[in-house]
Amino acid sequence: MPENLFKVNKEEYMLPGNRACQGCGLSLAYRYVLKALRENTILTLPASCLTVLHGLYPTTSVAIPCLNCTFASTAASAAGLVAGLTATGQTDITVVAVAGDGGTYDIGIQALSGAAERNTDFIFVCYDNEAYMNTGTQRSSATPMGATTTTTPILTKEQNKKDMLKIMEAHDVAYIATTSPAFPIDLYDKFVKAKRIRGTRYMQIHIPCPPGWGYPPRDTVKLARLAIETGVFVLFEIENGKFHFTGRSKSLAEKGNRLPLSNYIERQDRFKKMTEEQLRSLQKFVDNKWNEYLKKAEG
Amino acid sequence: MSEVQIMTGNTAAALAAKLCRVQVVAAYPITPQTSITEMLSQYIESGALKAEYVRVESEHSALTVCISASSVGARAFTSTSSHGLLYMHEQLHWAAGSRLPIVMCCVNRGVGAPWSIFNDQQDSVSQRDTGWLQIYCRDNQEIIDTVIQSYRIAEEIYAPIMVCYDGFVLSHTMMPVDIPDAELVHSFLPPYKPHTILSAASPRNINPVLFPGTRRNSEGILCDGYMEMRYKLQDALERSRDLIAAVGMQYFKLTGRDYSEPLWRYKTDDAEVLLTGMGSIATESTVAADMLREQGIKAGVVGVRIYRPFPRKAIPKALENARAVFVLEKDISYGYEGALCSDIKAALYGTGINAPLHNFIAGLGGRDVKAREIAEAVRTSLAEMKNKKPQNKTIWINCRK
Amino acid sequence: MGRNPAYAGQMVGDQRINYMERKDKNISAMSTPAIGEAGLTGDWRDMKPVIDHSKCIPSVKKKPACYLCWLYCPEGVIKVSIPVEIDMDYCKGCGICAEECPAKAITMVNEEG
Repeated sequence: MPENLFKVNKEEYMLPGNRACQGCGLSLAYRYVLKALRENTILTLPASCLTVLHGLYPTTSVAIPCLNCTFASTAASAAGLVAGLTATGQTDITVVAVAGDGGTYDIGIQALSGAAERNTDFIFVCYDNEAYMNTGTQRSSATPMGATTTTTPILTKEQNKKDMLKIMEAHDVAYIATTSPAFPIDLYDKFVKAKRIRGTRYMQIHIPCPPGWGYPPRDTVKLARLAIETGVFVLFEIENGKFHFTGRSKSLAEKGNRLPLSNYIERQDRFKKMTEEQLRSLQKFVDNKWNEYLKKAEG
Repeated sequence: MSEVQIMTGNTAAALAAKLCRVQVVAAYPITPQTSITEMLSQYIESGALKAEYVRVESEHSALTVCISASSVGARAFTSTSSHGLLYMHEQLHWAAGSRLPIVMCCVNRGVGAPWSIFNDQQDSVSQRDTGWLQIYCRDNQEIIDTVIQSYRIAEEIYAPIMVCYDGFVLSHTMMPVDIPDAELVHSFLPPYKPHTILSAASPRNINPVLFPGTRRNSEGILCDGYMEMRYKLQDALERSRDLIAAVGMQYFKLTGRDYSEPLWRYKTDDAEVLLTGMGSIATESTVAADMLREQGIKAGVVGVRIYRPFPRKAIPKALENARAVFVLEKDISYGYEGALCSDIKAALYGTGINAPLHNFIAGLGGRDVKAREIAEAVRTSLAEMKNKKPQNKTIWINCRK
Repeated sequence: MGRNPAYAGQMVGDQRINYMERKDKNISAMSTPAIGEAGLTGDWRDMKPVIDHSKCIPSVKKKPACYLCWLYCPEGVIKVSIPVEIDMDYCKGCGICAEECPAKAITMVNEEG
């Protein structure tokens, strides 16, 4: 087996025959999240696609303890798990909150900010499929500019994507990492690292969604890769306040050879109503963010 | 040895939580319960109480923290009032459906709009459908005793309990309280054993989506649908009446204070006219009852202590000999009448008890309710009854219309 | 159940269970892990992956190699074996394995019937 695949935990905690869509980006990423976290973990998750993946009573597709919670409360649910486990002397259990972009950027942001500000000892994972997918693709603050959703059906999303990573950085959390199902080993390594760190750890995963983004399921990995190649999504870590690019984003930063946005945009139906002006604006937005990151990397 | 100290209702509540050795506290400031959260912080930071205090950023998160902490086996406590309670509304449902023995003090305060910081019971009464047990305290002694008994009850039936008491009237008023001995409380409360399983050895997915119908699991057991799960909650609350009485009796043996009845009585043996209510308005009614007796009207008071589960059998028994019943309350179900009044009428249905039953809405937003105003309203109603004027009215006391 | 997943609905031992006898004792909803929560998700397919083992790298090299199909399968139904095997009971037919295979050894073909 290839070197880097050898080291990956072989156990499959996400069982087949679950309710995730064909080609679901979350499904792929989640396999590795769970492999990295292992059994001594308690998950907590709100209403979202992941709730459905976890399954309907009385059977679950995930063989790791999990506590479901309400939409707004994910990070607080995790904070309660941490407090309860500490109070009852149950050590060596990692508490992991996993929410979608809605449950992180929008309805869940208050609890997340509170938990992060208190340096709650947990991992918060945002799986970002860039809309409220579980309810059929409604706009969230994570939806990119120009995207069609059922609540931005004609005029498309007006605003740029909210920079959640900047918000989390402002909380001075112990560790921030961005990951993608295009690079599962990179994702796995970052989660293994996160598990060992104490304090609030924020992980963001970029999740392509076939029905929500409008592309054939077989292209999930390809699109996730293109997002990185164009700089729409950037792989990095912020540890002890220090930013550095990782993996493919690192070589892109060094070589300066990002692909133009259109490579990524033209493959997705959700951008079909995007205007030329919006595309230019989005390219500028992506370029500006990229330059910001380059500056940060310099230190 | 127990000792008597003068203290406010909030102090009694905080002290009770300390005596119960709660393990996780999560609370948010709101008038008039804030001092509970402050006192608990003092206890925890000084080491007097060994617990995790989560200084949450909202009441919604406060109850959420209690829910997940309780799910992993920690005894959890929170307190709130008014809008804080309303903010955690969805979590009230969630806690009850999760079958978690959380105890929460609700210091009753009116709800907006417009703002009121003063006492009424709209906050907790409007949450009576959530599946929480609700107990209303009439003095600070009851506060400390009820919180202690509540953990005992909650941890056996696996349902959360809301201990309600009137804001400012009790929370900020000093009264003598006989503090139970710490060791006594410790032996009265067995350790909390959660029914929820969150362990690597036996992974479970807790509170997922349920189908309407029943469904087989991988072992072939026909598992419940949503309705069965909810039925189990209702069943637990219905059966809790016996446990509440038994715990109350046990507490009586330990402290001399009898909590075996869901209702308390004042001069009801020979009463022809009965006033009923929850919390301090019922206490005020005892003064009104004495005034009425001086005027030749044999009045008595039936105080409702356990509101949920509703004392459906005890109420008809307590009211059966009344010529007239007056339900006083600091809440109203808009578009109809006071909630306690509706609940009492429902309990009387089919029992043959048909005495005129008036509903007095009083004290909303902390409006002062004087005993003589209550007595006056009772006399006026009784006079109307003599003239065979309409019965069963809802009357707002001391309010311009 | 732990991490020994049982197939949903399988018979336990040789005895037929009287389902009505074994009541759900949970007072709150707690699910147990098992494969096939959504049934046989292989039924979802309209196209299925077919591996050409003459091109598949581990089969060609006769030793562990590549296994990118295993890496990128969202369902985890590809087995790290020689030859590579796909669990057709649960493969949803997304086509990611076919798309990502560097040897172009996997083709998506229409399901019959």
